[in-house]
Amino acid sequence: MELLKAGMAGTVESGDILVEVEKTGASGVEIALDSTVMGLYGRQIREVIEKTVAECGVSGVKVTASDKGALDCTIRARVKTAILRACDSSDYGWTVK
Amino acid sequence: MKNAIGHELSPELMKSLGLQLHETAEKKDTATLQERLQHNGKLMPSLEDAIRAAGLKDGMTVSFHHHFRDGDYVLNNVVATISKMGYKDITVASSSLSNAHGPLVQYIKDGTVTALQSSGCRGKLADAISKCEVELKQPVIFRSHGGRAAAIANGSLHIDIAFLGVASCDALGNASGTNAEGESMCGSLGYARVDARYADKVVLLTERLAAYPNLPASIPATDVDYVVKVDAIGDSSKISSGATRYTKNPRDLMIAETAAKAIMASGYFKDGFSIQTGSGGAALAVTRFIEGEMGEKGITADFALGGITSQIVKLHEQGLVKKVLDVQGFDGEAARSIRDNANHVEIDGNQYASPFNEGSAIHQLDVVILSALEIDTQFNVNVLTGSDGIIRGAIGGHPDTAACAALTVIVSPLIRGRIPCMVDHVGCLITEGSVCDVLVTDVGIAVNPNRPEVEQRLRAAGLNIKTIQQLRDEAYAVVGKPDALAFGDKVVAVVTDPKGKALDVIYNVKA
Repeated sequence: MELLKAGMAGTVESGDILVEVEKTGASGVEIALDSTVMGLYGRQIREVIEKTVAECGVSGVKVTASDKGALDCTIRARVKTAILRACDSSDYGWTVK
Repeated sequence: MKNAIGHELSPELMKSLGLQLHETAEKKDTATLQERLQHNGKLMPSLEDAIRAAGLKDGMTVSFHHHFRDGDYVLNNVVATISKMGYKDITVASSSLSNAHGPLVQYIKDGTVTALQSSGCRGKLADAISKCEVELKQPVIFRSHGGRAAAIANGSLHIDIAFLGVASCDALGNASGTNAEGESMCGSLGYARVDARYADKVVLLTERLAAYPNLPASIPATDVDYVVKVDAIGDSSKISSGATRYTKNPRDLMIAETAAKAIMASGYFKDGFSIQTGSGGAALAVTRFIEGEMGEKGITADFALGGITSQIVKLHEQGLVKKVLDVQGFDGEAARSIRDNANHVEIDGNQYASPFNEGSAIHQLDVVILSALEIDTQFNVNVLTGSDGIIRGAIGGHPDTAACAALTVIVSPLIRGRIPCMVDHVGCLITEGSVCDVLVTDVGIAVNPNRPEVEQRLRAAGLNIKTIQQLRDEAYAVVGKPDALAFGDKVVAVVTDPKGKALDVIYNVKA
């Protein structure tokens, strides 16, 4: 998939995460994270974002995330949705884990 | 030396007895009661005059009470005035500090205030302390309510001047928290009474000067030096907020209902029992779920203790609680009841929770229900620092009551947002696990292994018993195992136990 424009998903409600993705010139994933649970979970949230971006098969992405204590499943869903929106894709690949 | 009727009073004898010789009084005051009330030596025209008259000096300790909780105006008003008058290096020893006290930040920055002692701290001030944005000359000393009262009584916390907001008082200082109308009625002045009794000088601030004698009084005129009328001392509508709210949160109510079942099965729910519900939505709500059972089984409590709510008042007025011992009102109903009900009695901080006297009420407590921010697998409880390491709570009577109640029940959700409440190690030690008997969460109950008889009774009642390690694992399964917080190397606060001994330290957080 390729990012065509900026994409956004999520909210700034408690328990959610607002994720914005945009294309960068460079390769790799750049993450700007702000979280209410930064000290306890900042590292893990970054890992989840990185892993989700990789699973979507995109690179050269900047992810700006404002987290209000979202669980990992929420973070994955928001990142994935933001990327799909940026790619104008509806290939959600619904599965049940 | 002869006296007025010619008897010899030997100076040697008087010296050996440590007695001074009587001096004939000046002409007595023959003004009428009403004239004297106008011209007495206590009523000061302004706060500045009262501060000067009380003899404030740089380096002194001033104290306050927190009966208005988030609605307090007195502390900010007095400290602003002290600052304006140019005093420096003042220690503020309040019975607690709340969200209302953000303005203290600027008075720490300008050097007016250089040390703090309190039960807790929240909001902007707590943030600034935890992040080292303000510099105090020593770490904040946190004490429990019982610990503070005892420290004041035994002199380890010496108060030079107490500034106490009271709902009403007469010109001589007979003060009440209830004899008033509307906004300024806070109910019990239990914590303030200790300051009034032991401080070197006592200044009362009131918005209602009552006719003499303003009795019955929470604080007697004989404990008071100066009285000042001010425009406002506090907003009582903010007393019942935050930790003292009347909860409608379904999870809180579910935890409260489970806690009530645990108490009823514990072996301590018997006619003539005693109970205290601590602050926090779920803890306060437990009362609502034992009410029916008390009525049905004809069980009455001999007393309810502590911070008092409308929920306790309701039981009292139904005849289910014989006496209410009230050190602090948590809502307007408590304030009304202490005024109207003869068996709703105001007690001071030492009567409530002195650790040094078996006569204090906590020593007669059967059941206490207490909240927690964090509980670890050793049942240790933190109620002072948040999951981010920042100070954001208050010790209150937690360790006092937990240590003395026959059954100490801790209530807490498993997680709050992404924050686990069950952890490997609490971030700050407030109440030791050895005295916390039962932990009630929204997904099960854990019983301290040192209370096997209680666990047996709860199991027999069909309650869902888990180990505390199981509860921690369930929390981590949902939110993940948290990383360790990164702290700085500066001690910003010291936590003392009820007897005044150092229990823990709080480090600054890295901003």
